[in-house]
Amino acid sequence: MKTRILVEEADFDSGAEIAWLNGPGVGGIGSFIGTVRDTGGLAALWLEHYPGMTERAVAKIVAQAAGRWPLLACTVIHRVGRLAPEQNIVFVGAASAHREAALRATAFLIDWLKTSAPFWKREEFLSGSSEWVAAREADEAAAKEWL
Amino acid sequence: MRVLYFAWLREKIGLGGEDVLLPPEVETVGALIAWLRGRGPGYAAAFADQKLVRCAVDQDFAGPEAAIAGAEEIAFFPPVTGG
Repeated sequence: MKTRILVEEADFDSGAEIAWLNGPGVGGIGSFIGTVRDTGGLAALWLEHYPGMTERAVAKIVAQAAGRWPLLACTVIHRVGRLAPEQNIVFVGAASAHREAALRATAFLIDWLKTSAPFWKREEFLSGSSEWVAAREADEAAAKEWL
Repeated sequence: MRVLYFAWLREKIGLGGEDVLLPPEVETVGALIAWLRGRGPGYAAAFADQKLVRCAVDQDFAGPEAAIAGAEEIAFFPPVTGG
């Protein structure tokens, strides 16, 4: 399996990432893109992470996915720093011979990324105030569904 | 031993990280939290609600009962919110 794990400030090109996942034996590619949601008055989202542990935690999640489904390629790209509304935050993709593995692995990767990789979001509002985003129980429940 | 703080723990404590010399009786993550709380009001505020604090020992998630002997890097942070 080929893997691509990136934690960076730069944006990604979703089309190019999907193309990278394709290759010999691939019959299905799943992908998920998370973006900055503006629910009103949001100036930007700040993404902080724990350099070193982040890459290690993401690699572990990717290895778990590879252990559960016959994947041929897998990508996780997570942006950090200041992100404006509607910008990309995260790209997750998985390629396999058939759709079920690709789609399920993609869902697993994003569910686990949300609860097991050391990233933190802080919302900066147009009013000048800012607030750390609280963890959602629904995210924890979604990840546990895979156990 | 290096201790790191992230997100609002870093803000409350006012430090991203520090080197600490621990007394020998501080053997677990939970004991380290108790010891850190005594270091000042910022620490006490950061660790006031331990349900909101997560820990990693040498970059692996660890609970309050985890041993810290020999660890090089211990990090404290809120529940993660990436993705």
